[in-house]
Amino acid sequence: MSEVGIEVSVNGRTRRASVPPRLTLADFLRERCQLTGTHLGCEHGVCGACTVLFDGEAVRSCLMFAVQADGAEIVTIEGIAGPDGGLSAVQDAFREHHGLQCGFCTPGFVVSVTAFLRDHPDPTDEQIRDALSGSICRCTGYQGILAAVRAAATASSPSSPETR
Amino acid sequence: MKPSAFEYHAPASAEEVVKLLAELGDGAKVLAGGQSLIPVLALRLAVFEHLVDLRRVDELRGIEQRDGAVWIGAGTTQAVVGRSDLVAAAVPLLARATPLIGHFQIRNRGTIGGSLAHAESAAEYPAVALALGAELHALSPRGTRVIPADGFFTGTWTTALEPDELLTGVTFPSWGDGDGGSARCGFAIEEFARRAGDFAIAGAVVALRVTGTAGEAQVARCAIGLFGLGPAPLRAAAAEAAVTGSAVAEVAGSGHAAEIGLAAMAELESVPADLHGSAGYRKRVGAAMVAQAWQRALAEAVGDGADQNGSV
Repeated sequence: MSEVGIEVSVNGRTRRASVPPRLTLADFLRERCQLTGTHLGCEHGVCGACTVLFDGEAVRSCLMFAVQADGAEIVTIEGIAGPDGGLSAVQDAFREHHGLQCGFCTPGFVVSVTAFLRDHPDPTDEQIRDALSGSICRCTGYQGILAAVRAAATASSPSSPETR
Repeated sequence: MKPSAFEYHAPASAEEVVKLLAELGDGAKVLAGGQSLIPVLALRLAVFEHLVDLRRVDELRGIEQRDGAVWIGAGTTQAVVGRSDLVAAAVPLLARATPLIGHFQIRNRGTIGGSLAHAESAAEYPAVALALGAELHALSPRGTRVIPADGFFTGTWTTALEPDELLTGVTFPSWGDGDGGSARCGFAIEEFARRAGDFAIAGAVVALRVTGTAGEAQVARCAIGLFGLGPAPLRAAAAEAAVTGSAVAEVAGSGHAAEIGLAAMAELESVPADLHGSAGYRKRVGAAMVAQAWQRALAEAVGDGADQNGSV
């Protein structure tokens, strides 16, 4: 089957490649771009570990083909930290509040939460729980993650400085 | 790579899409948001030689008021539908169903046309389209046609679309207030799923139009849509007929709601059974979902409680 030429911006860097149409975006990122921070759990859209930002929106990279990302801007977990390697507010909060244990699901959570807090800077607990429902974590029991998202929202909201 | 190999096509217009579908025949499948199709391909439950991607077909996206109805392009994502002020005001039931679809990451890619054309019997949008009397617009090399929702969902994952037809959009008619301002509408959706974002074990939508003032108010129109309770989304026609024309006082309250819920289940013939629940369990859940949706829709229509209805 014919390969297709694509040009994708990944974490600000333009990548050109010729790919088989059935190559998922997740496999493209991991195998062609060597960006293995995007994790693959279920590979059919249930676990959320492979979540990346596609033109700013959180999406499952296992439920897209790389050919569909032609011309798009992708941000993976590797693109979330600052250029100096400093952790983002979300990453910092996950570390501070024990929002991870084994870490397998963490890239998907951090990417999803980054998009969620951008769109909902002052979320209720119910909104946070709903937003987290698309990602599965088998270690933490979610309470640390919930606390981390609350803290990240407080930390990045100028109207309510953290008083901890 | 998990899916089997296929040729990829990304035409830029709906006309080119249907031309390709006609040329390629059975081996071709339309790829919209891919949130149902790609899992099916990854699990190799289906194999297609050609995928025709809609991502470059801009004419399939958008939400507009057209002739008193709301038109939504088939390629419009569920996320865009969920954020639309026009949908919230004119088709509140659709707006309220949207957050129940999968998770926000899924809704960022999944499209309304994909949901309707995939026709999963436990999905929200097909039941909403059926209950509200939506019209589905299809394009083929032979031209366009309009398919009423009640003739569109023909069975398990099957629709009235021909193999060379593309769903281009859907229009939702206004249920309107009308009748000199005395009519008011109420809409509600209820579903029960084991986890947030899962397909419902059973769910129901209720759309109501009430006319007349306080003491003489009566149900002028009623639609009850069911999902997860058959091979396709269903209308509870006998239950709808039984309440239409009734005085509100005769159908209000939890006792009446429970009766309506049971009546809606009485007509069901092929309720699915699987490891999540037997057919009998699903009917019990379905009756409860109808009863809850009924009470919320009626409360909204008669103006009790939080009035979220901004219908135009």
